[in-house]
Amino acid sequence: MTKQQANWSPYDNNGGSCVAIAGADYCVIAADTRMSTGYNILTREYSKICKLADKCVMASSGFQADVKALQKQLAARHLIYQHQHNKQMSCPAMAQLLSNTLYYKRFFPYYSFNVLGGLDNEGKGCVFTYDAVGSYEKVGYSSQGSGSTLIMPFLDNQLKSPSPLLLPVQDAVTPLVEAEAVDLVKTVFASASERDIYTGDKLEIVVINADGIRREYMELRKD
Amino acid sequence: MFRNQYDTDVTTWSPAGRLFQVEYAMEAVKQGSAAIGLRSKTHVVLGCVNKANFELSSHQKKIFKVDDHIGVAIAGLTADGRVLSRYMRNECINYSFTYESPLPVGRLVVQLADKAQVCTQRSWKRPFGVGLLVAGLDESGAHLYYNCPSGNYFEYQAFAIGSRSQAAKTYLERRFENFTDSSRDDLVKDAIMAIRETLQGETLKNSICTIAVVGVGERCHILDQGIVQKIIDTFEIAAEQEGPAAEPDAATGQETAPEQGDAAVQGGSTDEGVAPKDI
Repeated sequence: MTKQQANWSPYDNNGGSCVAIAGADYCVIAADTRMSTGYNILTREYSKICKLADKCVMASSGFQADVKALQKQLAARHLIYQHQHNKQMSCPAMAQLLSNTLYYKRFFPYYSFNVLGGLDNEGKGCVFTYDAVGSYEKVGYSSQGSGSTLIMPFLDNQLKSPSPLLLPVQDAVTPLVEAEAVDLVKTVFASASERDIYTGDKLEIVVINADGIRREYMELRKD
Repeated sequence: MFRNQYDTDVTTWSPAGRLFQVEYAMEAVKQGSAAIGLRSKTHVVLGCVNKANFELSSHQKKIFKVDDHIGVAIAGLTADGRVLSRYMRNECINYSFTYESPLPVGRLVVQLADKAQVCTQRSWKRPFGVGLLVAGLDESGAHLYYNCPSGNYFEYQAFAIGSRSQAAKTYLERRFENFTDSSRDDLVKDAIMAIRETLQGETLKNSICTIAVVGVGERCHILDQGIVQKIIDTFEIAAEQEGPAAEPDAATGQETAPEQGDAAVQGGSTDEGVAPKDI
């Protein structure tokens, strides 16, 4: 008598890639807009980016139904926070909340690979990167999703500081200027679209800085 | 009202068919500081009097934003009001989460009323000691409701609750027929005037009142004190007919000189520009 196996899975992977880069006074968050299942494309115009608070934006790839549920949860919790504290949540606070929310479902996880980007209380850019169950770290840049194996090494090459042990102590945030960072993101996605079949169609870029939030789009390969 | 032998328990009827505990709860509402509400076709304005118990303390928060389209003003036991506001906020958030649309005000007040009724029919509970003026917008327009501790609720064009509210009610009764077509700014002016009626001689300044507005295209929010002071000044100037009594300092709302023709009654604090502590 062999063990019974499920003949269906509660999860699906809708593909796509996300990237976030932190700067001295800005943060760039980007994701492609392709949603797929298996070898098929469901839509070319689906946004994986969600604004959680005034200075805090999340991009998530993975199973979009779980991503949507996660975004709604966080939005509701943020509303409660605003009622109680009369102000918006800061990015680091939201980062912790996201981690707790993910771990809450440790034994039936959200199939969602997230990067959180925004400005911290002092106006400096910050990026947090997560796994599916809430383990997170503050970093200077990160990528998640189907193209992350292609994107991450390239970002390391361009942005990685030599070693955190070196003196003088180097900031995690990149010395790049905002325009350079946006350019880098466009380059990175153009390259990822070449080799990753799940990444392409259109690139959505969100930039947060002291002036607020701005959105930009760029066409990517449709194949 | 004199003490009765049927008033110990909320679950005891009096021979005349009354529940005295519920009526005593409504008395508690009358003891709280005044709150008023008025509505037009597209906007609802809530106002309340900020009464601090001691000169040194801050006043209690009596107006709460419940959701973008609903606000509430309370009178009576503010602690009960705070708890009910939290309940209302929760209900709005849960409804929004499930249905991706705002909770209709009419539904919310029914839920509130049912919650209040439960406390009138349990021996281990007591009725809520707070009256709520619920202001909200839904597909059928702007609404103002009053929720009693008894579990009843009524819809109003304009209403006032709390101490000395009769003066405000009289003022509103005289003018309510014009409210439906009032502009938003006129509505706010009327609200402040109604509050002034309850003050009965105390100087009207922005530190003594809080105003909230919700309307079509306007999320529920509490008006900035500087703006309130400006509006107060416009009709104080009109009333006085002599040079402006005060140059407002927008941030703190201080008055440089008390109005002439004011009685010896001075409003609350000797420290005039005490900005209300808002949490």
